[in-house]
Amino acid sequence: MKRHLISAADLSRADALLILDTAEELASLADRPIKKLPTLRGRTVVNLFFEDSTRTRISFEAAAKRLSADVINFSAKGSSVGKGESLKDTALTLEAMGSDAVVIRHSASGAAHRLAGWVQGSVVNAGDGTHEHPTQALLDAFTIRRRLKGNGTRGAGLDGIRVTIVGDVLHSRVARSNVLLLSTLGAEVTLAAPPTLLPLAVENWPCSVSYDLDCELPKSDVVMMLRVQQERMTAAYFPSVREYSRRYGLDAARMGRLPDHAIVMHPGPMNRGVEIAADVADSVRSTIVEQVANGVTTRMAVLYLLLGGTEFPAVAQ
Amino acid sequence: MNPAGLPDPAIPDPARAPWLIKGVTVTRSGGQREEFTDILLSDGVIAAIGPGLSNPGAHVLDAQGLIALPGLVDLHTHLREPGREDAETVETGTRAAALGGYTAVHAMANTDPVADTAGVVEQVWRLGRAAGHCDVQPVGAVTVGLAGSRLAELGTMADSAARVRVFSDDGNCVADPLLMRRALEYVKAFDGVIAQHAQEPRLTEGAQLNEGEMSSRLGLAGWPAVAEEAIIARDCLLAAHVGSALHVCHVSTAGSVEIIRWAKSKGWRVTAEVTPHHLLLTDELAAGYDPVFKVNPPLRTAADVAELRRALADGTIDCVATDHAPHPVEAKETEWSEAAFGMTGLETALRVVQLAMVDTGMLDWCGVADRMSVRPARIGRLAGHGALPAVGGPANLTLYDPAASAEVVGPGASKSRNTPFAGMELPGRVVATFLRGAPTVLDGKLA
Repeated sequence: MKRHLISAADLSRADALLILDTAEELASLADRPIKKLPTLRGRTVVNLFFEDSTRTRISFEAAAKRLSADVINFSAKGSSVGKGESLKDTALTLEAMGSDAVVIRHSASGAAHRLAGWVQGSVVNAGDGTHEHPTQALLDAFTIRRRLKGNGTRGAGLDGIRVTIVGDVLHSRVARSNVLLLSTLGAEVTLAAPPTLLPLAVENWPCSVSYDLDCELPKSDVVMMLRVQQERMTAAYFPSVREYSRRYGLDAARMGRLPDHAIVMHPGPMNRGVEIAADVADSVRSTIVEQVANGVTTRMAVLYLLLGGTEFPAVAQ
Repeated sequence: MNPAGLPDPAIPDPARAPWLIKGVTVTRSGGQREEFTDILLSDGVIAAIGPGLSNPGAHVLDAQGLIALPGLVDLHTHLREPGREDAETVETGTRAAALGGYTAVHAMANTDPVADTAGVVEQVWRLGRAAGHCDVQPVGAVTVGLAGSRLAELGTMADSAARVRVFSDDGNCVADPLLMRRALEYVKAFDGVIAQHAQEPRLTEGAQLNEGEMSSRLGLAGWPAVAEEAIIARDCLLAAHVGSALHVCHVSTAGSVEIIRWAKSKGWRVTAEVTPHHLLLTDELAAGYDPVFKVNPPLRTAADVAELRRALADGTIDCVATDHAPHPVEAKETEWSEAAFGMTGLETALRVVQLAMVDTGMLDWCGVADRMSVRPARIGRLAGHGALPAVGGPANLTLYDPAASAEVVGPGASKSRNTPFAGMELPGRVVATFLRGAPTVLDGKLA
């Protein structure tokens, strides 16, 4: 694997499988009374969050702590960044304090790329603007594999699994990373969205595109709903939240069109009643809570592999 | 300077001794090309052209292997003074211009304060004369403060000592169609031209990069070609309607070329420029999010680059203009979306044009002289510049070695270092620049 995890495109199929299989090893830890491993003892992981995202930050924090790394949380609010410090100066400051990995969340696309040019340690992209969020894609792939192929699966990709990603693809870093990673793992990805919320030249992406969600549901093994931002309405991406919900929201009736084994995913946070109905979010098909748990496990695997932790747990034996 | 291009007697000329350029290749006014000939510069004019010239008191410059071009003229330069002297000054910007082979530059109006009054344009003009590295012809703003709401005092700027003829809100588009119509009409009274930065503002809110495969992949807000083309189409129609002169700044798309070609076929008074970077670079370079490649209009696709080259070759695009846009380091060492738009270009323009146009066989050196000197001087209504070498004509010359080649290494004379060509091997070398018979550059260094 490369030194950084910035884009899902950085991962070969072998890399991605290594992460998923490592996560599978680590998942068995969660059932043990003592969840902590000593592998990253003495290493420092900085959570550098320029955007509020409590769920992603605590997921990375839990992952690093379970590997015994020291964790420094750096939030832009109320810090020197709020006083106009540049990303470069923040990076140099962290560097001087000696960080082994920086987990960065930033509102600007490419911020993780830029940071990687300024620090020595590993950079993990925890979401950069409307670009990518590769650990979200990894945890989604992990969740899909566990649900559809069984817990404990190792070495297998997602070959032939049909995944439909629904909603605001244009502004979604989750969608970009998932299209890249899931296709690398062999899944057949379809994007379903109104034309206004699909990027230009999307036809060159490794996926197919549809404007009609109802058409796609009966042939989907996985439906992944994206959060829709209400402010998109004012920029004329769609006429109203109600209309969006009628055409692209997943309610109980639409869920009924899915094959029996199909699962429903959402990266959170959800707008219940907009892109996903409460009945669907709380149904047995929903993997939303599992995704959170799998997020910690997958991020442990990423930090472990990037930082080259020692004493790999023989937890499976 | 008077219209004949003679030196202003009010300016003492420190380098009065004649210069004899030996063994140079030149395309004369009239089109005949002569190799291994000599040019004698004396009293600010070309005193003689022909083989075997001698002049006992003259400085002699061995110019074997060099090409003599008329001094280059840039229609689009940001000198940043007044207001952003941390990025560039008239002094440093015109040094860069001279080193790039330029004898005249048009200084854009988006300074602080904006060049929207006679006072500011005269200040810039005087700073240029004091610096002396090349002529500085200020461009006046079209609207007060570049705000796009009411016309600046265009006539007063035209009548000032700076004799402004080109007006532009560059950096901003004159988006209001009525205001654009009035501006086009109004400047007819003093043979002015409106140079439009064609960018439909609503279609480019927050725009970062050419809208296409790269912007979609990188998650950067797209700057669609149609936002440029829609304004160009509208402005061509307006210029035709009122019979005025429109100049289109930094054309960047194949679609824009098609519209301009159509407008010219109608005989409308439309001219256009292209930047060196749009002739060479594409949006693929944004892949690493390095804002040195962030520019407005954005780098486009390889198909656009190919069409821009064809259009420059066939004359649909009249000239090359640098859009030299210096920025301090901190304006570029940021996230892409935070970074300033713009690239420097004066010191590399001619070399990039050689690489993109001459070495590809699309333009000969006579064509380069036309697109980088003759036509921009004509569009800018700039007397004393843009004339192919002729006896009695102004001694504004650039001596260029097309056989040289070197990596672009900084820092240059510009105060800023935001060149997208850093580390690239570019052909050619500007050996000397003469402004009214006096060298501003000799042996590739400031004289």
